[in-house]
Amino acid sequence: MNVALQTKIPAVAAKNGEFLRLDNVSRHFGTLKAVDSVSFDMAAGELRAVIGPNGAGKTTFFNLISGLLRPTAGQVWFAGDNITGQSIVHRVAQGIVRTFQITEILPDLSVFENIRIGVETAAGLNSKPWIARKQRAALDHRVNELIEIVGLKGKERRVVGELAHGDQRVVEVATALSLNPRLLLLDEPTAGMGDSETEHMVELVRRLHTEQGVSILFIEHDMDIVFGIAQRITVLDQGRVLADGKPDAISQDPKVRAAYLGSAE
Amino acid sequence: MTRALSIATMWIALIALPWWLPTIGGYTALGSKVLIYAIATMGLNIVLGFTGGLSFGQAAYFGLGAYGAGMTLKYLAPSTPLAIIIGTCVGGLAATLLGPLVMRRRGIYFAMITIAIGQLFYFIMVRWNEVTGGEDGLAGFSRQDIHLGGIVIPLTQTNFYYLVLFCFSIAVAIMWTLLQSPLGHTWVAIRENRRRMEFLGVRVERYVWAAFAVAGTITAFAGTLNALLFNFTSPQDLHWILSGNFVIMIVLGGMRSFFGPLIGVIIFVVAQDYLSSVTGNWMTFIGMIFVFIVLLFPKGILGVFGRRAEAI
Repeated sequence: MNVALQTKIPAVAAKNGEFLRLDNVSRHFGTLKAVDSVSFDMAAGELRAVIGPNGAGKTTFFNLISGLLRPTAGQVWFAGDNITGQSIVHRVAQGIVRTFQITEILPDLSVFENIRIGVETAAGLNSKPWIARKQRAALDHRVNELIEIVGLKGKERRVVGELAHGDQRVVEVATALSLNPRLLLLDEPTAGMGDSETEHMVELVRRLHTEQGVSILFIEHDMDIVFGIAQRITVLDQGRVLADGKPDAISQDPKVRAAYLGSAE
Repeated sequence: MTRALSIATMWIALIALPWWLPTIGGYTALGSKVLIYAIATMGLNIVLGFTGGLSFGQAAYFGLGAYGAGMTLKYLAPSTPLAIIIGTCVGGLAATLLGPLVMRRRGIYFAMITIAIGQLFYFIMVRWNEVTGGEDGLAGFSRQDIHLGGIVIPLTQTNFYYLVLFCFSIAVAIMWTLLQSPLGHTWVAIRENRRRMEFLGVRVERYVWAAFAVAGTITAFAGTLNALLFNFTSPQDLHWILSGNFVIMIVLGGMRSFFGPLIGVIIFVVAQDYLSSVTGNWMTFIGMIFVFIVLLFPKGILGVFGRRAEAI
């Protein structure tokens, strides 16, 4: 599992040390304020959790960062650039990569093929109608490397649609990882998983953060996971930031306990 | 290994076809027709089977290639290679220019717009009487002997078959290379999960466009050969019925497999040739064969060999 990881970590060319910042960002759907005037700051290298009750606006918040949605008000900044109006494609090119709450894979293709398409995309090769043997070997090498990093060795040739749910989520993370993300957004990475699958995923997230140096922002419902691995926690409630801080502070925060943790326990 | 063996067998059978086909009641021109339709459907399958776009108007590019070749011979110059090149370019250019109209559409809308474009070309050929021959089709041209340096190759039925086989192998080599390349991988990935590819930062529409253009060009290439085979072409070569037949052939053989369309073409064209000499109601029997095969092999005949039989 713990292979030597020589993945290149993209230099975080942040201006003024800035990484991800949201300024008073809102997203209203008619009268529903899914995200309402949220300001948010995340430093490079952080492992941050976003929690909140159902309907708190967590996924909308992710969509605003990844570019699936545009805010109705406010601005999104990444590495010192205003990316509010930028498309998904531009954001991916800058290193903002996400996974989904619902598993998004290429079901009829193998594990290897799923990850290979990410590697080829990251190398900007999608439009190449022909490829030299040497370059093919380099790409295959990188795919195998990623397969090893996420712990899918031995399953490369399996059709992803026939894998267990947990492994499918791991394939998704590996595909995201193949794009050399600077900021990895994981939407409920352990949703629907059994205990051992969850454990594997949590371990993977932790290793991606420590060994690969990827900044990770994740949505999670399982409080044991959140308080177990997150360095910082942002609590959303009814589209607003209820609290933001270190796990200790969050667990002590009376507002959070009242709105969220209290009701869950 | 079995796969390599069956492919080798296929090539040997194709090379030896003029010897064995007549002994079982066929004729060489039937072999040419099978290979021509195989080029057309394998080209179409780049969009249909590999990129996942329901192109139901592919005959338009087949017909444009045929008319391009026929008109070149009739009005421009008596050269077979030139006719093939010009016809292929005409059909390929049309598909490339029209690609932006279809690349954003998905599912049934993709099918509808491709049919509509196909029928547009059909009516142009019917109406533009004085040049195209209208309903009666374009006649008055014939394939010319090929001059290679000082050697003259007369295009007899057998020699023409080998020209078609040569063209088939070129088309196969091109398509095989494409499907092994990152471009081909991207096409298949778009078929599998378009949204996922968008989130990888891939401009999906461009690739659908590229697939459509390549498919149109290869189908047009086949069309030029079809015009040369019969020394004739008609608006039926652009009609949606032919487009539909192409799709049926692909589904019969297996749309997820590289050589699937060839198998489908063999079944369809041979059945059509035989049945239409026996009964005027041959379409009924083709329909029965289609239903039978689809019930037995939902993924087409080559589909039974599993997903790994495909060329990814």
